[in-house]
Amino acid sequence: MEPAARLDHNHKLSLRELPYIIRWRDDRCTRCGKCTAVCPVKAIVPAVKVKRFVHSDSPIPTPTAKRMTVHVVEQVTDMERYCTGCGTCTLVCPNEAIEPEFNPSNKLLHYKNKGGDGYKRGGRRNDPSISTLDRLKFTRISMLTDPALDAGRHEFRIRTLLGRIMSPEAMPLKVIDGKLSVDKRDIFVPPVREIYPIMIGSMSVGALSPPMWEGLAMGVAYLNEVEGMPVVMCSGEGGMPPRLLRSRYLKYFIIQIASGYFGWDEIVRAIPHMVEDPAAIEIKYGQGAKPGDGGLLMAQKVLKLISKIRGVPQFVDLASPPTHQTKYSIEEAVAKMIQSMSMAWGFRVPVYPKISGSKTARAVLNNLARNPYAAGLSIDGEDGGTGAAYNVSMDKMGHPIASNLRDCYLDLVKQGKQNELPLIAAGGVGKKGNLAANAAALIMLGASAVSIGKYIMQTASDCFGDENNRCNLCNTGQCPRGITTQDPKLYRRLDPDKVAERVVEVFKSADVELKKIFAPMGRSTELPIGMSDGLSIDDKAMAERLGISYAC
Amino acid sequence: MCRLAAITSKEFISPMEPILALETMKEGHDGSGLGLVLKDLGGEFEKLKKYPVLSGICSKDGKKTLDDYMKKHGFTLKHEWRPKIKPVKGIVQRDHYFARAYDYPAAYKSKTMAEKEELLMQTRLEIRKIGEPNESIFAFSFYPDAITIKEVGDPLEVAQFFGLDNDSLKARIILAQGRQNTNYAIYLYACHPFFIQGYCSMTNGENTAFVPIREFLSSRGFPGYMGYNSDSEVFTHILHYATRQLGFPLHYYKDVITPLKAHEIEERPDKEAISMIKQSMRQLCIDGPNMVIGFTPDGTVFMVQDAKKLRPGVVGGVKGKYALMSEECGVDRAIPKRDRAKDIFPMKYDMVIISPKAEEVRVWNQLHG
Repeated sequence: MEPAARLDHNHKLSLRELPYIIRWRDDRCTRCGKCTAVCPVKAIVPAVKVKRFVHSDSPIPTPTAKRMTVHVVEQVTDMERYCTGCGTCTLVCPNEAIEPEFNPSNKLLHYKNKGGDGYKRGGRRNDPSISTLDRLKFTRISMLTDPALDAGRHEFRIRTLLGRIMSPEAMPLKVIDGKLSVDKRDIFVPPVREIYPIMIGSMSVGALSPPMWEGLAMGVAYLNEVEGMPVVMCSGEGGMPPRLLRSRYLKYFIIQIASGYFGWDEIVRAIPHMVEDPAAIEIKYGQGAKPGDGGLLMAQKVLKLISKIRGVPQFVDLASPPTHQTKYSIEEAVAKMIQSMSMAWGFRVPVYPKISGSKTARAVLNNLARNPYAAGLSIDGEDGGTGAAYNVSMDKMGHPIASNLRDCYLDLVKQGKQNELPLIAAGGVGKKGNLAANAAALIMLGASAVSIGKYIMQTASDCFGDENNRCNLCNTGQCPRGITTQDPKLYRRLDPDKVAERVVEVFKSADVELKKIFAPMGRSTELPIGMSDGLSIDDKAMAERLGISYAC
Repeated sequence: MCRLAAITSKEFISPMEPILALETMKEGHDGSGLGLVLKDLGGEFEKLKKYPVLSGICSKDGKKTLDDYMKKHGFTLKHEWRPKIKPVKGIVQRDHYFARAYDYPAAYKSKTMAEKEELLMQTRLEIRKIGEPNESIFAFSFYPDAITIKEVGDPLEVAQFFGLDNDSLKARIILAQGRQNTNYAIYLYACHPFFIQGYCSMTNGENTAFVPIREFLSSRGFPGYMGYNSDSEVFTHILHYATRQLGFPLHYYKDVITPLKAHEIEERPDKEAISMIKQSMRQLCIDGPNMVIGFTPDGTVFMVQDAKKLRPGVVGGVKGKYALMSEECGVDRAIPKRDRAKDIFPMKYDMVIISPKAEEVRVWNQLHG
């Protein structure tokens, strides 16, 4: 007997299962077709329907039913083409006739595993609730007992140090004629860079489209050269444009080496031709968005330029292993790699590892604390973003950055090394747009610097993504904004100059806001690293965990 | 904001001199305490300079504990000064105020000064630890040729309470602080000046960078870096750390607490060293608003400002006697017969350094090194 399923469409999902439902207004639609053409996932299609109309032509009501063929825009219910809510249709619609609406009772995760493969996407943890960082408040304001500083009048020095800093006891100083002089004989003085405390984190050429990466890079160069703000940016795994490697702008970039070593043939070949040292080398061991998982650039994004920079064939998935396969222990993985990288640039470049937030971060930290060549530790919390990962990794794996960073900082304090090994905090900085406040809070919890990825990417290029799983198509190569795609048809939508302009605006405004936070707290000369008495939170357990005060 | 009055002199002076100077700045302190440190002692202690003096307060029980402790550890009492208390309304009298000169334990007599200093500090800390929970003993300093006196109350009334106006107690250097309690509890251990191994300082203003500095000092592995009942105690410990522990010449204290900007460092002949200090001692940078007055074991007295000069401070006097005060009226009271035109108002880059016995005043400018 034929199953009833085929007859009554029982195999189909209803719109209620989908995360976004298209609200299409027949009366406004001009049937121009722009929305269906632009939809990156083909979630809407032009369709032809037969409609029944009841109307009356005579002065006396004589209703008659008529059947008409009409053109409509229809949302498909195929889970492979579900509407991601990006809203590109709304943008192109000349008549405000179409808009996706979030459906909080959707069942996307029940069905998004066709073919036995888990749901993969870009973005970050889909958790729209308020993060710990956004709950932290600055409560120690200099009031009548002492004058607060003036953010607009006093001189501020918002800078930090990247690199292994010598302990005061180890400084090779001697007194000659009442003055101190440095005696560097027989002692290694590690390289230290003075940088802006908000860094741009690792997003690769490949994960990002050429205009996006170029826009970020131009913005960083402008900030350094014109605004005098020493902002640095990490390359991400996947190399760097060969001309940039050989240019004087290399000093504004941190080159990342990760477990796939993508792009490193080109980097190593460029070393003899480098006219400047890079700002630092970051060894990626983990990523907050997908801890314990490797990098992934999906085949659809590996086009000609990327294959050339990375030294790989086109259209193959580029998976970096979760670990550095050639290293079998923490000593191998960390110590030797730091040594090798340091040696490649004659010990003139700080080399530091990046790990994902984890309960094991303190073990790594303590290992680094004993390694005089380790230039810092970057910890990427669970709210970090990624270009491609399994949804389960993003949503359920990882450690929040606040307590992870705080534990690490307090461990360093116990050892008296809080100024020797800079901690870089990342993962969710600016998640709700509060870049300066989140950065300042992390600094006061003990970070020497913070790293931003998703925030700057979104802000500089008007990315649609959010924590309601809006868009998050970064992995597919179909980014409707042209940010995370290698398809020229898509990425030509993005103007790199506009991206650069936004980067500059973001950093300049963050700088003003940082002063607005630090000035009333009476801090201006040095970054208030570890000034935990400045912070409070409205939750007793959190306050106790972070070693700060509770305020309500 | 606390008011500070310090006098360094060739001749011995009475502690009343800086206290009367404090009185002229009365609007600036609220009677929450007086702290005094006397260095290079005269009067009854003039002949006892080589013996360490333990300064403090104790209860009846505390006195017994203290006597037993000192005896057990081999210290012999050489001399004891006790104030002639005149009850003053509002000041709660404690049982025993004292400054006792002890002879070292036999085993320490031939040891180096560094070893003796270690013993004295450990002894003071141990006594503090024993007496602090029930407030039976307060031990402020234990060091040769220095006395610390502290009590809660209006400075002049405290001085009258201790009978300092009729006391033979004298010294060449006296630091006095009239407390304006702000952020921290009224507590004797929170009262400036603070003293550690011959280094002493007092400060006005709030130290906004207190917590990171405290954590940095506490983690140096040096047992004396403790207490911190006041955010100003760190100034004394930074002074001790930079000059004694790291061996820096005194003026580098300024480079530690208020480092220059990068382009300013370039102009300094010792730029390499101060760049390194700025990095390695980053956590010890203060952000003001503060003015610090202090002395070092050799009798050098100094005044230094925060990097924005947000607090007042003036130095004036004649050869052989200089006053370092929060306000000019204090200097006028202490040394009225002087050329006021020569008064020094140190600005943000300046450090006023007065050599021992008030011989010479030098203004060291940080920009020029």
